Amino acid sequence: MKPAPFVRHTPRTLDEALAILAEVAPQDGRVLAGGQSLVPIMAFRMARPAHLVDINEVAGLDKLIVENGMLIVGARVRHGAFHKPVEPGPLGALLASVVHNIAHYPIRMRGTMCGSLAHADPSSEWCLTAATLDAELVARRKGGERIIPARDFFEGLMSTALKEDELLAEARYMLLPAGTKFGFNEFSRRAGDFAMSAALATYRIVDGRIADARVGVGGAEASPRRIPEAEAALNGQMPGDAAFRAAAEAASAAIDPLEDIQTTGEYRRDLVRAVVRRALEASVK
Amino acid sequence: MSEKTPITLKINGRDHKIAVEPRRTLADAIREDCGQTGTHIGCEHGVCGACTVIVNGEPVRSCLMFAAQADGKAIRTVEGLAKGNELHPMQRAFMDHHGLQCGFCTPGFLMLAVGVLEREPQISDDDLLDVLSSNLCRCTGYQNIIKAVRAAAAEMRGAS
Amino acid sequence: MSAATKGSGTTWVGRAIRRLEDPALVTGRGRFTADLPAAHWVRFVRSPVAAGTIKKIKPPDGAFVVTAAELAGVKPIKPMLYKFNYRPIGQPILADGVVRFTGECIAAAIAASEEEAEDIADAVEVEIDETAPLIDARDAASSAALHPEAPDNVIVNAQVKTPEFDTAWRNAHRIVRLEARSRRQNATPMEPRAAHAAYDPATGRITLTCTTQMPHLTRTAIADLLDMPESDLRVIAPDVGGGFGQKMSLPPEYVLIAWLAREHRSSFAWTEDRRENLIASYHSRDQYIALDGAFDADGKLIALSADVLANIGAYSCFPTTCGVEPLMAMAEIPGPYDVRHYACTARGVATNTCPMAPYRGVSRPVITFALERLMDKAAVELGINPIDIRRRNLIDQFPYTSAMGLVFDEATYKETLELAVKHVDVPAFRARQQALRKQGRYLGLGFCTFSERTGYGSPAFAARGMAITPGWEMVELTMDPSGFVELRIGTSPHGQGLRTTLAQIVADQLGIEPQRIKVIHGDTDRSPYGWGTFASRSLVISGGATLIAAQKLRAKIIKLATHMLEAAPEDIVLGDSAATVAGTDRSIAIAALARDAYHQTHRFKGEIEPGMTEAGHYDPPGTFSNACHVAMVEVDIETGQVKVEKFIAAEDCGRIINPMIADGQVHGGIAQGIGNAILEEILYDENGTILSSTLADFLPPTAHEIPPIELHHLETHTTATNLQAKGLGEGGAIGSPAAVMNAINDALSPFGVAIDEMPATPQRIRAALRARQQTETAA
Repeated sequence: MKPAPFVRHTPRTLDEALAILAEVAPQDGRVLAGGQSLVPIMAFRMARPAHLVDINEVAGLDKLIVENGMLIVGARVRHGAFHKPVEPGPLGALLASVVHNIAHYPIRMRGTMCGSLAHADPSSEWCLTAATLDAELVARRKGGERIIPARDFFEGLMSTALKEDELLAEARYMLLPAGTKFGFNEFSRRAGDFAMSAALATYRIVDGRIADARVGVGGAEASPRRIPEAEAALNGQMPGDAAFRAAAEAASAAIDPLEDIQTTGEYRRDLVRAVVRRALEASVK
Repeated sequence: MSEKTPITLKINGRDHKIAVEPRRTLADAIREDCGQTGTHIGCEHGVCGACTVIVNGEPVRSCLMFAAQADGKAIRTVEGLAKGNELHPMQRAFMDHHGLQCGFCTPGFLMLAVGVLEREPQISDDDLLDVLSSNLCRCTGYQNIIKAVRAAAAEMRGAS
Repeated sequence: MSAATKGSGTTWVGRAIRRLEDPALVTGRGRFTADLPAAHWVRFVRSPVAAGTIKKIKPPDGAFVVTAAELAGVKPIKPMLYKFNYRPIGQPILADGVVRFTGECIAAAIAASEEEAEDIADAVEVEIDETAPLIDARDAASSAALHPEAPDNVIVNAQVKTPEFDTAWRNAHRIVRLEARSRRQNATPMEPRAAHAAYDPATGRITLTCTTQMPHLTRTAIADLLDMPESDLRVIAPDVGGGFGQKMSLPPEYVLIAWLAREHRSSFAWTEDRRENLIASYHSRDQYIALDGAFDADGKLIALSADVLANIGAYSCFPTTCGVEPLMAMAEIPGPYDVRHYACTARGVATNTCPMAPYRGVSRPVITFALERLMDKAAVELGINPIDIRRRNLIDQFPYTSAMGLVFDEATYKETLELAVKHVDVPAFRARQQALRKQGRYLGLGFCTFSERTGYGSPAFAARGMAITPGWEMVELTMDPSGFVELRIGTSPHGQGLRTTLAQIVADQLGIEPQRIKVIHGDTDRSPYGWGTFASRSLVISGGATLIAAQKLRAKIIKLATHMLEAAPEDIVLGDSAATVAGTDRSIAIAALARDAYHQTHRFKGEIEPGMTEAGHYDPPGTFSNACHVAMVEVDIETGQVKVEKFIAAEDCGRIINPMIADGQVHGGIAQGIGNAILEEILYDENGTILSSTLADFLPPTAHEIPPIELHHLETHTTATNLQAKGLGEGGAIGSPAAVMNAINDALSPFGVAIDEMPATPQRIRAALRARQQTETAA
C-alpha cells in the first residue's frame, strides 16, 4: 500500500501555487493540503495524481480572521484550530462543537477545513456545516477568483464545482446573530468514524417562536444540504419536542437516501430522523 | 520510480540527511531511511495510529504525511522519550499498569498520549478517553492503557 | 494470593510483578520482522475476482516476477485429517491456473523497495475467465465444485449421537429451537503478517524470520514443501505483534519468501499491508448453528441436538485443517451443562472466500453464543429466570465426563455464576431498567456461563485424527557459571507475558530473582522443538515443563550445596540467591555453586554430573477454566446502536501466576468479544468482492466502545496440571459475545424481537424492530 509516483511542487506564494496548478492540472495534478483524505486514497492507489501542488508552505493561506461580519478560513487552517472558539459569538461555539466529531485528534492536527470541503465526502462534518450555514467558497485560479455559494459547490459524491485548476483558497461564514441557537448530532458506528448521518440546526427565537431555522443533513445523501421541509416545520413554532419531532419526520421523508449492501434507504431515514431531532434537542441543552 | 530529493529529518534532536522519493511517507522514511524502527506501521490509511509521532509539537499519523513535508521539522519518536536510562513517566506508567501486551501499538499510544498531554495538560478524563480512541490496540482491551495514561497525566501535571 | 511453593524462598508465583518484556517494547527497542532490511522486497499480485480460470499473466518487460510456472517441485499446502470424512485439498503457493478467492496470490513482483515492487505488481497484466462464485455455505450443494476431491464442496462431515438420545428426546417436556448465525471475522493483529528470508552462502542455510505463533512447525512445513533438510532452515519469530490464532496457520506467502531466498541466494522480504490482511490472511467464525434443546418441566436440559455448518473458505489451513471450527463446535457445544444426550452434525464446506483458520476461542465464541441464547430463550418459554435455568443445569460434580467423553476437572461453574450475580445486583438493575423504559431508554442484562478447555496435550489432539498431533512442550533450563539462568522453550509467546510468568516459576524453585532468568523462545536454532502458542496452552504446558526442569535443577543445586556445606539435603533451603543450612548461618551463594558445577567438578568425586542444564517435558490431559460473563447494555431503539455500559466477569483459571497478566488476558479477550458481538464483520457481496477491506469498514473497537470491565477471580487449584493452573487466553473472547447478545435481547424484550445474528449491527437491530412493527401494523 504505497502511493504511485508523483512530482511534488512546493510553492511559497499563492500566485506561484496557482501558476503551477494551472500548468499541472491538465496532467492530473491535484492540490495537497492536510492530506488526511487524499493520502489514504493514494495509498490504496485509488487516486494516482501525477503532480501534487503542496500548499502547506504557501504564505497567507493560514488566514483565520473576522472581516466585515464574516469569518474567513484560509486553505491551510487545520481542524485543530477550531478546538477552541475562533470568535466569541455563536459561530465560534458552533464550530467548536462540530470539530470534535471530526475523525480523531491527530487527524485534526493535519487535516484542513478547506481540504475537507474540496474533498466533498458526503459524511464530512465541515461540508454539512458549510451547506447549512450557506458558506461562501472562494475558488482561486491563475488570474481569477470566483465565489461559489455552498449550495452550488457540492455536486455529488466526492464532487464539487471546483474546476481542476482552481484552488479552494477560503471558506467564508457569516457570523451568526447573538442569541442564535444551534445543535449538532451525528451517528457513526465507532468513535471518530465517518458519520452515517449527521445534522446541524440553527435558529433564533423571536417572540418565543422559532425563526430563521436552518436544518442541514449530511451523510445521508450524495451531498449535504439544507432541508427546507424540516425548516418549514420549525419556523413559527415553539421550540420543543413537538416541533423537533415534526422537523425530524419532515427531514426523514424529504431525503433521497444513500444505500449500500448493509444500509437500506429505510435505515438511512431512521438515522436522519434521529440525528435531526437530537441536533435540535442539543440546541436547547 | 521518481526522482529522489535530499531532505533532513530531525528525529529526536539528531539530523538524518536522506534522499527520498516524494511519495515516501514519513513513517517509511523514519523506519527505512533513518533506521528508527520503534515507530510501527499498522494500516497505512490513518486509522490505527500505530505510526503516531510528534511533529513540531503536534501528534500526527506519520503514514499520512510525506517525508518531504517534514523536512527540517522537529520530529519526536518513541526512541526519544526516555532521557538516557530514565524512562518518561508515560513509559513507566504503561509498564506499571500493564498497558501493553504484544507492544506493537505501544509506540503510537505513547506518542499520542505524550503529544496531547504536553499541549493540554489539564485535559479532562472524558476528553482523554476521546483522544485515546484515536488509536487501535488489539491486546489490552484499553482498560490498562486508560489507567496508565491517567496516571502519567497526573504525574506530568505534578512535574510541570 | 496463593500458597508459597514448598521450600522456596521469596514467593514469586502469585505476584503482580512488572513484565520483563516491557522495557524494550516501551522504548522502541522491540524487534519485529518488518524492522529487518532486505535486498529484495516482494509484492503479491492478487486475484481481483473470487472464482475463475487464469488466461494470462503478463509481467512488464524485464521485471522480476514469479508465477506458479516457476514453482514446479514446490508442493501445495495439504494438511491431513484421518477422521470425520475429511477430504484432503491442496493450496498451491501461487494460484495454479485457477483462482478460488478474492485476494489469492497469483504472482510475486520483486524489486529493491516496497514502492517499486508495488509499481511492478500493478503493471502485471492478468486476465481471468470469471466463473460463478460460491459465497454462502448454504449454497454449497447447488454450486460447482471448488475442488475435484469434494464434488459437493463438503470437506469435513462429522456426526455423533449418544445411544439413548431418541428416547430422551421423545420424553421431553418442551423442545426449544435456536437458529444462530455468526458472520465472518478477522482476528486483526495490529502487526500484519511479515516474512524475511536470508541465504547464508557459507552454510547454504536459510534463515526465515517471520511473525508466527509456531516457529518450529513453520520450519517443518516449509522444509517439507520445499523438499529440504529441516536443519538447513532456521525459523525465527522475533517480537510478534499479536496473533490471536491468525498467525498459527502456515501462509503460502512465507513459503514463497523462503523459496526465493533459496533459489536466488539473497534476502527477500514481504510485509503484508492492512488491505491484504483483511482480505487474504485468515478469516473465521462464519457459521450457521441450529440447536434444539429438549427440556423437562423444571428447565433441565435433557437432550441437545445441533447442526453446525461452517464456511471454511477456499482452502484448508495447515496444521489444524479446516476441520478445526466444525469439530471444535461438535466436541464442545454442550458447554458447562449437565446434558447426557447429545446429537450433532458438523460440516465444513469450501467456498470462494478467504480460507478460515483458528481465531481466539476457535468456534467457542459462536457455539457459546448459540447455546447461551438457547438457555435464555428456554428460560423465557419455561417461565424461569435466566439465572435459575443456569443454576439448574451447570455441572457441579467433578470429575465430570461429558456426553462427548470430555473429562471436566474440578471447577466453579455455579460459584462464578453466584459471584457475578452478587456483583451485578440484579434487583437494582431490573428497577433501573423498568424506570428507564418509561423514558424510552432500553437497558439489557445478559449472562453467559461457559467452560474453556485449555492446556490440552497430545491425547486430546489425537481424538481429532490429525496427521500432525500437537500437545506436549519441552524446555531446557541452564544455569550458567555466572549464576544467571536461561530457559529455552519450544512454545512461542507474543504478548502473553510468558517470559515473566515462566521466570516467576523458575525463580521460586531456584531461590533467585526473576530478573536473573532469561526466557529464550521463537528461534529454532536456540530452543527445543515445540508447538507454539495457541489453544490457551503455553502457561499450562510449557509452564508445566518449566516446573519439572526447575525442580530437577533445584535438586541439583541442593545436591551441590550438600557437598559444599556438608549438610543433609532436607536441611538445605534455597532463597535470596543462596543455599542455606536451615537454622544456621552456614550459607553459600547459588552463583558460587553454579561456578563449582562447571569449574570444580573434581570435588564431587563423580557423584554429580558436570554442568547445570536440565530438560523438562509435559503433556497434560487438559483442564477446564470457567467463567460467568455479564454484560449491561443500552440499545438506542431509534438507531439500533448498542452501547455496552459495563462488563463483569467472574472467572476461575486455577492458580494465578501473575494476577496483572491474567487480568490483561481477560480484558483483551472481552474487548475482542464485544467487537465480535456488535462491530466486526467481513462482508462479501454476491460476486465475492470483499467490501470490508479497510479499518474504516472492518471495525475493531476503540477505547470508546469498550466499557469498564470488572473482574473477580476464584482459584481452583486443579489436580489436572502440575502447576495447579489452567489456561485463560481465550476465555475472555469466548463468553463475551454471548453475554452481549443476551443483553441486547433482554433490552429488546419489550418489542418481542430476537437478534440471533452476530454482529448485532444497528442495521440488523433496526430491521428486526421495523419488521415487527410492520407485522403489528398489518395485524
